[in-house]
Amino acid sequence: MPKTLFDKVWERHIVVPETEAHPATFYIDLHLIHEVTSPQAFTVLRERGLKVRRPDRTLATIDHSTPTKVNPDGSRPYVTAQAETQVETLLANAAEHGIETHGWESDNRGIVHVMGPELGATQPGMTIVCGDSHTSTHGAFGAIAFGIGTTQVGHVLANQSILMRKPKTMAINVNGQLAEGVTPKDVILAIIAKIGIGGGTGYALEYRGNVFEEMSMDGRMTVCNMSIEAGARCGMIAPDETTFSYLKDRKFTPENYDAACADWASLATDEGSVFDKEVHIAAEDIRPMVTYGTHPGMGMAIDAVIPAAVDATDESALDYMQLKAGAKIAGTPVDKVFIGSCTNSRMEDLRAAASIFKGRKVASNVTAIVVPGSVLVKARAEDEGLDKVFIAAGAEWREAGCSMCLGMNGDIGAPGDLVVSTSNRNFMGRQGPGVRTVLASPETAAASAIAGVITDPRKMESAA
Amino acid sequence: MTFAPLTTVTSRTLVLPLENIDTDQIMPAKFLSMTTKAGLGEHVFANLRYDAKGNLTDHELNSEDGKACEILVAGHNFGCGSSREHAPWGLTDYGFRVVISSEIADIFRGNSLKNGLLPIVIDKRAHQWLLDNPGADVTVDLDSCEVRLPRNGGTYKFDVDAFSRHCLMEGVDEMGYLQNQDDAIAAYEIER
Repeated sequence: MPKTLFDKVWERHIVVPETEAHPATFYIDLHLIHEVTSPQAFTVLRERGLKVRRPDRTLATIDHSTPTKVNPDGSRPYVTAQAETQVETLLANAAEHGIETHGWESDNRGIVHVMGPELGATQPGMTIVCGDSHTSTHGAFGAIAFGIGTTQVGHVLANQSILMRKPKTMAINVNGQLAEGVTPKDVILAIIAKIGIGGGTGYALEYRGNVFEEMSMDGRMTVCNMSIEAGARCGMIAPDETTFSYLKDRKFTPENYDAACADWASLATDEGSVFDKEVHIAAEDIRPMVTYGTHPGMGMAIDAVIPAAVDATDESALDYMQLKAGAKIAGTPVDKVFIGSCTNSRMEDLRAAASIFKGRKVASNVTAIVVPGSVLVKARAEDEGLDKVFIAAGAEWREAGCSMCLGMNGDIGAPGDLVVSTSNRNFMGRQGPGVRTVLASPETAAASAIAGVITDPRKMESAA
Repeated sequence: MTFAPLTTVTSRTLVLPLENIDTDQIMPAKFLSMTTKAGLGEHVFANLRYDAKGNLTDHELNSEDGKACEILVAGHNFGCGSSREHAPWGLTDYGFRVVISSEIADIFRGNSLKNGLLPIVIDKRAHQWLLDNPGADVTVDLDSCEVRLPRNGGTYKFDVDAFSRHCLMEGVDEMGYLQNQDDAIAAYEIER
């Protein structure tokens, strides 16, 4: 019987099959941990006298609560003492249990979903979990990767397994030719707008079609990252030559690489496989996207008018955003621009933003910050001189971390601010109380920073 | 880590009718930096319960009646977004034992089941009745998997995974079950 990519990876990791009475015991190859969702799990281990079963399958970093600025004396301006304690707790727990940790001294520290792939720890056919819903990012490599809560972080630390029932599968097919200026972020925002914020609940997604086949790994990670914003815990793309060349010569790259690649290539969905659901989108129909509401499913083409509210929930979203149905969204005044997050903080994202910033100035009404996804991304960007482009334009160039995506480290907007953000969630108050978030690609965010209003980057390029 | 067994809950409902209430609304990120679980009930739905100066609002969640509610009824697609288990920790610490909606996000649902909070996805008609009748005295029976509405509102069945139901009714968590599979996990690690 033909099998999907998801089915093949799922079957390889069954320790005990599921029955009516109990879920499957499902083996986890790689467990990524960070400071926010792990401390209570380590406490449970301690209370029960348990050890970390496979420290060799666990990697730790610090990203959510970490300051993105450094004081002149080299100290770090934590938002609260509690945030510093949380970071110190992660470092102490990881050291106590012998877990490889990328802390302040590591050249690989960074947002956990940027770090895993950079180290080559993320590999096709793996099962990967982390106490973070954007773990779906790693599905870009053909892994089953999903976010878990802290209780399950404890389960994986102690047993390297979790209890889980098999989800349904959904194929998201995007075929055709993307228009000039349409980015991976626009593609995923268009997908979420189509299937809805809860459309993927209960499903594992597979992104299929020439649009994803032709996408770089950075682009694929942007797409898979936001699977959870459609309600799907994981989203995958079949591994191919693009995947194999990305993973070559990294820290955790398998020794017998040709054999590994041959195995990985066999994971692709077989011809004739049946998905529980299929969605088709024509690439030609996708335009640069922005969100106009208070969840990622409220997305629209940047050159369209704001859709009418269909219910009270929509109305309250437009109220919160201070936007009017029927008006153009382009031209809306912007206060802050955030370029970063596990969605869009990799080299391609920074290069794309820099191509717009180059030779231009951030509008006087706008504060723009650029936050690289990892220490490695920061170093590479500086090698290419991108930092100088951002700084010359008047944007801030920060230290790596999650930063303003969720504002845990104190990088937030002021009440009422409109923030054009390359992150993944425009929930009410996520970037600070009363802050209005508009999700967009790095290109759109950069163009909006320059113009001081929400701006279609395609117009910016032609004006140059 | 363990919680009180849950079999039958009879309580007034507290209704939050908005759709897509995400886990950032349930537990804003600034409360995620603690390294324990204690006291999160104070911060649950903080943006509804406190004004910009940190004073209590007159939201029902702050009333004595509200605090006595063990059943939360919410609009479609409750608990979407972040995987933070601080959301169910806050809800249970506040006093909720049951959440009812017409759709509940996957990660939040799983986290709730592991913390003695029963997430119920119910028939659209029953959901609408609950939204239309805030404060109704409702009975949730996990043994028979039924929600019983008062005033001839009717009785509705709900689905819950058999294993999760067992854990909730016995007040046990999954760690022990996984620990007992140590041999199977070890065998898997050798064979693969």
